[in-house]
Formats: sequence, C-alpha cells, structure tokens
Amino acid sequence: MNLAREFSKGLWQENAVFRLLLGMCPTLAVTTSAENGIGMGLATTFVLVCSNIAIALLRKLIPAKVRIPAFIVIIASFVTVVQLCMEAYVYDLFKALGIFIPLIVVNCLILGRAEAFASKNGLVPSLADGLGMGLGFTLALFILGAVREVLGSGSLLGFSLFGAGYQPFLLMILPPGAFIALGLLLAGMNRLERR
Amino acid sequence: MKDTLRLAIALTLIAAIAGLILSLVEAVTREPIAEQRRLETLKALQAVLPPLDNAPDADTIELTVGTDKKGKSVKRLFYRGRKEQQLTGVAFKVVAPDGYSGNIEIMTGITPDGTVSGIEILNHAETPGLGAKIVEPAFKAQFRDKSLENADWRVKKDGGQFDQITGATISPRAIVKAVKGGLEFFRDHRDDVLAKQEVKP
Repeated sequence: MNLAREFSKGLWQENAVFRLLLGMCPTLAVTTSAENGIGMGLATTFVLVCSNIAIALLRKLIPAKVRIPAFIVIIASFVTVVQLCMEAYVYDLFKALGIFIPLIVVNCLILGRAEAFASKNGLVPSLADGLGMGLGFTLALFILGAVREVLGSGSLLGFSLFGAGYQPFLLMILPPGAFIALGLLLAGMNRLERR
Repeated sequence: MKDTLRLAIALTLIAAIAGLILSLVEAVTREPIAEQRRLETLKALQAVLPPLDNAPDADTIELTVGTDKKGKSVKRLFYRGRKEQQLTGVAFKVVAPDGYSGNIEIMTGITPDGTVSGIEILNHAETPGLGAKIVEPAFKAQFRDKSLENADWRVKKDGGQFDQITGATISPRAIVKAVKGGLEFFRDHRDDVLAKQEVKP
C-alpha cells in the first residue's frame, strides 16, 4: 500500500509542475504543442526512473561528501543516452525538442528526487517514486501543451479542431502564453484543492 | 588525506563506468544517426530538385564562395541531380544571416538554365505563427520557376514580387535576398558548378 502511495503522490499531491513548481524551464519552453509536452515528459521520466534506480542501488557506495557530483554524472549519462537514442530513432521529435533534451541534466526535479528520495530509500520505492513523479511531470506538460496548442494553433496533437475559419490565438504559443496558461492552470488547481 | 583519496576513487569509478556505458550507446546509435541525417538532406534535395534518378548526395562538388570576416574562405557544397545521366538541376544550401532571430538555412534547387526549381527551409528560429510561416508550402511555392531575369527579387512591400507574410516582413525579405545571392553565384560560376568531376586536391 505504501508503494502505491509513493507512486501516486507524484501524480497529484506532489506534482512536480503544479504543486512543487519544479522544472519550470522545459515546462514553459517546450509546451507549444501537446506532442512536444508528451515527448519531453517521457524523456524526463526515463532519465528520472533510471537515475533513481542507479542512485538507490549505489547509495551506500557513494560517499556523502561527493554525492552531488556523483549524482550529476549519473544523470548526465542517462540524458546523453536518451539524446543519442532519440536522434537515432525519433528524429523529428529530437529536432522539435532541440536544446531542451541536453538541458534535462539541470532539471531540478531529477536532482531533487535523487537527493530527497533515492539516496535514502531502496530500489523498489525509488522506482515507484521516479515513475510517479515522471508521469506526473508528463501529465502536466501534456495538459499545458494541449491548452496552448488548442488555443494557439486550433489543433490538438496535430489534428485541426475548428476548421480553416478559426483565427488562432497566437499569443498562446509564444513565450508569454506559457506563463499565462500555467498561471491559469495553477489557479484552477488551487481552486479545486480548496473545495 | 586517506579520506580524500577514497572520495577521488569513488568519483573516478562512477565516471569511468558512465563513460563505458556512453561509449557503448554511441557505438550502437552511430549508424542510425548518420542515416537519419543523410535521409534528411536527401529528402530536402528531392523536394527542391526536378525529378531525378541518381543519388544527389553522392554527386557533389565543393566550391569556395567567398570569405568570411576573418578572411577564411567559405565553402559550399553543390549537389547535382541527374536523370538518365542528364543533369536536371543543382541544389545547394544558402544561409540568410539577417532573419528575425538567428540564421535561416535554405536548400535551393536550380535548373541548369538558372531557374529556381524549389526551395526548402532546413533550419530557422523565426517566431512561431508569424515568421515561421516561411515553412508553409504556399510561401515556398512562389519561388518556383523564378529566375534572375524573369522576377524582381524583392518582397512586395519593397516593390518586388514576392509575398511577404502578414506581421513578418523580415523573414521573407532575408530569404529572398539569400536565394537571389545563390542565383547570382550560380550565374557567375556556372561552369565550375556543373564541372564533370569533383577535383580532388
């Protein structure tokens, strides 16, 4: 039962984007479409799960004084693995996400989970934690990307929704739209929570 | 001292294992990545060149097209498309340095008589929804069948005959200028570009 809690907390109560406001840089930058949001979210999830597993396994071997550089090396390695694999097998998504794939390294969500959870817990809870946090991050990016894509391009996952007559609300896919959409979503979440 | 040594060994081990894993992944993905990049170029070439039956990325010639600010020569690769051994077109990359944000890379296809057979935007960082409309087929299509003789190479706002995009004149203006520069180079160096065999130094 405890395991289920470690998994589910990342989806809502401790959602990285909507509750902890971690990892804002990729969140705001890549969510111009729902597809980019999912791609970025899944890439981050993969890195998070792998780094949580590796760090949970190695936590007794890594001296406390050098744990941060050790974590960074582990995270950076997995990010490079993701980057190479994406360039080799999903080239279009790789081009769309561009510079934000290598920047997963400095996503504070990943280092945060390594430091706060994986370095203190065993393999299985860390796996559940990484998976839940990562999927929560993916979900948040998907919602944000979907809102911006529907309003800003009049489509969802590339399918046109309103026909050719729709005049897109361009601001939403420009950088200010990211802040506005995120702010409105956070306000909505808080409202729901308070009820 | 002993403690420091322990820390150093631990970090070294972790870095070494990470390096090993990365080199393995790199070895596995090297070929697919090279293939993806080649396919991307090939797709652009087929889009801008007239129908062809050779591999234009294997039939290339490299020429010096000018010098940059530091006096180093700038090289440009020309891809030649052929059908039944007959040259049908030449394609090359031009870079528009004066877009709204960053360089715009354009693959330009030209028939041997100096008429544009198509353009394709390879890379750009223009504003989504405005300048980024340069990738739309309607914008790219207006370059087809234009040559230095039959067209006025300016956007309509400047008195020429290329449509600008509402809200974004800078991006189309940069592209028109860059493609025109490519055409002029081709006009002046036609024989070099069409030379039969690549001259190896």
